[in-house]
This record gives sequence, structure tokens and C-alpha cells, in this order.
Amino acid sequence: MPLSLLKYALSREHPAPRFFRDCTEPKKTYDAVIIGGGGHGLAAAYYLAKDFGITNVAVLEKGYIGGGNTGRNTTIVRSNYLTPEGVNFYDASVQMYEGLSQELDINLFYSTRGHFTLAHTESAMRTMRWRAEVNKHVGVESYVVGPEEILKACPQLDISCSGQAPILGALYHAPGSVARHDAVAWGYAKEADRMGVEIFQNTEVTGIDVKSGKVVGVQTNKGYISTGRVLSAVAGFTPRITEMVGIETPIVIHPLQACVSEPMKPWLNTILVSGSLHVYVSQSSRGELVMGSSLDPYEVHSTRSSLDFVEGLSSHIVDMFPFLGNVKVVRQWAGMADITPDFAPIMGKTPVEGFYLDAGWGTWGFKATPISGKTMAETMARDMAPELIKSFRLSRFEEYELTGEKGAASVGH
Amino acid sequence: MKLLQCPVNGTRPISEFTYGGEYREAPDPQTCSDKVWADYVHNRHGAPGLKKEWWYHGPSGTWFIAERNTLTDSVSRTYLFGQEKDA
Ligand SMILES: Cc1cc2nc3c(=O)[nH]c(=O)nc-3n(C[C@H](O)[C@H](O)[C@H](O)COP(=O)(O)OP(=O)(O)OC[C@H]3O[C@@H](n4cnc5c(N)ncnc54)[C@H](O)[C@@H]3O)c2cc1C
Repeated sequence: MPLSLLKYALSREHPAPRFFRDCTEPKKTYDAVIIGGGGHGLAAAYYLAKDFGITNVAVLEKGYIGGGNTGRNTTIVRSNYLTPEGVNFYDASVQMYEGLSQELDINLFYSTRGHFTLAHTESAMRTMRWRAEVNKHVGVESYVVGPEEILKACPQLDISCSGQAPILGALYHAPGSVARHDAVAWGYAKEADRMGVEIFQNTEVTGIDVKSGKVVGVQTNKGYISTGRVLSAVAGFTPRITEMVGIETPIVIHPLQACVSEPMKPWLNTILVSGSLHVYVSQSSRGELVMGSSLDPYEVHSTRSSLDFVEGLSSHIVDMFPFLGNVKVVRQWAGMADITPDFAPIMGKTPVEGFYLDAGWGTWGFKATPISGKTMAETMARDMAPELIKSFRLSRFEEYELTGEKGAASVGH
Repeated sequence: MKLLQCPVNGTRPISEFTYGGEYREAPDPQTCSDKVWADYVHNRHGAPGLKKEWWYHGPSGTWFIAERNTLTDSVSRTYLFGQEKDA
């Protein structure tokens, strides 16, 4: 390598390899159009090409790839959910993540840290035991631990939380991991592009053309594109897209905020989450503490962040780690989370033929990126949702068959 | 700090208020179809825009209506339920 690098020192040309072609003018027609160049849309494009040989596909992204929630999340990957359908689904994603750096030939900095969901009350302990049993039943490594085991993994923790909310125990989840979120989007984009998928940035879908209950094309700021298959993978923008096709959903948008501290030497090896204190924290490979909290309390379609958030979050972080009192917060931001009433996604077919929905990812969708891409690609290729995502269908609301995931999804991410 | 106007108590910090969701008319459960009822129970107008919403002022126990643009988060007016015309 060093020798081949040397030649760039002697040349005026520095051709940094592009991850994907710089597509600007879409063709008149595609076999499938994917709205949204986040991790989910790009992964769906990748698996359409790889698993089904469907490569005449356009991914349309109104900003830049990964600029939505994919590039704004706190990257916790885990599968210790509460319902068997949830645990099975997220476990399939964790398993895909474990081999993904190899498969996409890009370093995702996928780092398995172990994940503790702290319990400060007896009722929280009960939920932890319940989750541990469901996880064990499905074959996922989760078990309940006491304060000693938590302190062994994280001796810096004030187990009494400054006397505010003493920690009684935790649900320990061995596969809990963090990863580099941009790399997930870029890796899928690179490999999808290599197989022929065209990725258009700065390309916004402004309308969807439906004739006799069937999708026939999309209107964009770069002209009309005809296609019989459209996937909407736009997270916080979902209600604007479903409005274009006249589909009603329970999705509402709430901002979700996060922040990072200044970088420190590595000291926090695990991922810690506290539902009672509304915080979660991990340390990134750059040394920053990545911290987040619960949803903003009311609907807003905006990525503005607030002082209330950092104030509230910091006070709880200092309850857990008093020695962080002088550490500075260096960045904060928000994403728009697409929330469903049962804290499970909405995936699969819709009443409009050829219009597929991958949405309702709220605060928990980054971990599902590989498996949702794979299952949505299958849904589009076969016009039939695979078994794994059947319980996430849009019609579950009309049928009163909601999933019972709320207890494990809120705050936990 | 964000502020909100309670129609009874005047302008107060947003931390004194709780959001109660969009104001919606319930269909008559005796006469409407199951589909219409399920739509009322679960579905929401999620797209951004000017909405009528329920808000609650905690310290005084006052429920009221706010007209708010959910894209810009700006409140155009607030009034007690049923007193829209006087607001
Ligand atoms: C602060 C925060 C922390 C989070 N933490 C976690 C976590 O720890 N673990 C976890 O699993 N999940 C987490 N999440 C959730 C996770 O980030 C999302 O669920 C996931 O990234 C959604 O990915 P996506 O590809 O579906 O959407 P996005 O990445 O949001 O991509 C959607 C894209 O669609 C584009 N788009 C929208 N409208 C149009 C249009 N009309 N035309 C063209 N393009 C359009 C947008 O520009 C955007 O780039 C968090 C979210 C936030 C905000």
C-alpha cells in the first residue's frame, strides 16, 4: 500500500475512489423505485439486487444518503425485546450485523459491548425477568443480574444514583452492540451501486401516481418516473408520503434528541440504559459519550434541538456518574421519530397495489436496518411479505392485532 | 424556554403543560362500521400542518384547545373548548 500511495504524491491527480456513481438524471422508467436513501432504503435496494437479481432500481433521496435518522441515531443494536415476534425479528438483524462488515467490505466498527437495562423498581425488575424468559425461550442471550454484576462491568457507576433511584438489578443482554451508522448507509449504497442500482441524491419525490388502485409512477423534482413498484422508507417523513397515496396510518412524528460529550479515554465498556431515569449511554470508538433520552413530549416535524433536553439528560447522567459533572457536552441534535402506538414497525404491502411501506421505526429502527432491507426486498420481489414480518403488517390495526412491544422499546432504543 | 398561553392563566412555561393529542370528532359507535371505528381508534393525521389540539395546564387543571402548526411549532391561538368564536 505505501508504495502505491507514493505515486499520488508525484501526480496532480488524486482520484479518491467514489462509493457510488454520481447519478443526476433519472431514467424514464425503473422496475422499482425506493423513496429514501437512509439505511433501510439502501439495504432494500442491495437485497433486491443481490437476492432477486432486480437491479433496474432507483433510490431517490431528497437530501444526502444517511442524512435522516440513519445518521442521527445512537446506534444501539440489540434483540432483547418482549414479544417472541419482536425478539425473533431483531435477533435475525443482529446476526446479519455480525457479518456485515465482511459482506459489504467496509469497516462498520461493529462493537459488541453487552447491554444493561437498569431496573430501579420492583415492577421494572418484573419486566426484566419477563423479557429474560422470552429471550431465553427464543434462544437470545439475556438474563437478570444483580448490582454486583453491574458494578463489575461498570465500577464507575453510582449504584444508588445519588440516592435518587437505587439500582436493584438489570437485564443483561450479551449481544448488545454499537456501530458506525454512516458506514451502514455507505456500505449498502456502495454494494447496491456496484450491482447496478442507481442512487440519486437531491432528488425529492413530490407525488405518487396511482391509477385504479395501482402505483404507476412517481413525480420528482427531476421529472416523472414510471414504475410499478414503490417502496417508502422515509422514517420521519412517512405521513407526508402516505398522504400522497391516500393511506391512513397511526404514525405520529415526535422529535428524538441525542448528544455527545467531549472525547475521553475509554472507560465505559458497556451500554447502559435506564428507563426510570430516561437515559442511555455508551462510549463511541472516538471516546465521546453518546447519550440520549426519551421522545420529546409532543408532535413536531422538525429537527431542532432544545436546552431542556440537555439539562434534563445531564442531571440524570450525573446521578449515575457524579464524576462527569465537569465534562462538556459538545454536540446535540434531533431526528424525527415515526412513532406507532404499539412500538412496532409497519412493514409490508398496503391497500395500494405496488406501494410498499417500511415505516414506524421510531426510536428503534437502526438495529433493524439489515433485516428490514432483506424482508422488504422479498416483499417487493414476490409481492408477498415473508413470515418474519407478518405481525408488523399495516392491517393489524384494523384487525385489533397490535403487538405488545411497548414495555421493551421505549427509551431502550 | 418555550411559552404557551393558557386561556385561563395566561402565558406560562411549556413545562407546566401536557399535550393531549389532536382534537378529533368521534363517530357514533352504535351506528358506524367496524372499519370507521378502527380508523378512529388507531389512525392519526400524521402529516404536518395547522392542527387543533388538546392541551392541559397542570397546576390549574385546565384542559383547552390550541391551534398549532406542527411544522413550525408556532401556536396561533388557544381557547377553552366550545369558546372558539370568542377567542
Ligand atoms: C436521536 C435518535 C436516536 C436513535 N437511536 C437509535 C438506537 O440507538 N438504536 C436503534 O436501533 N434506532 C435508533 N433510532 C432510530 C433509527 O435512527 C431509525 O429508526 C432508522 O435510522 C430509520 O432508518 P431509515 O432508513 O428508515 O430512515 P432515514 O435514515 O431517516 O432515511 C429516510 C430518508 O428519506 C428521505 N426522504 C424523506 N422524504 C423524501 C422524499 N419525499 N423524497 C426523497 N427522499 C425523501 C430523507 O431525507 C431521509 O434521508 C434513533 C433515532 C434518533 C432520531
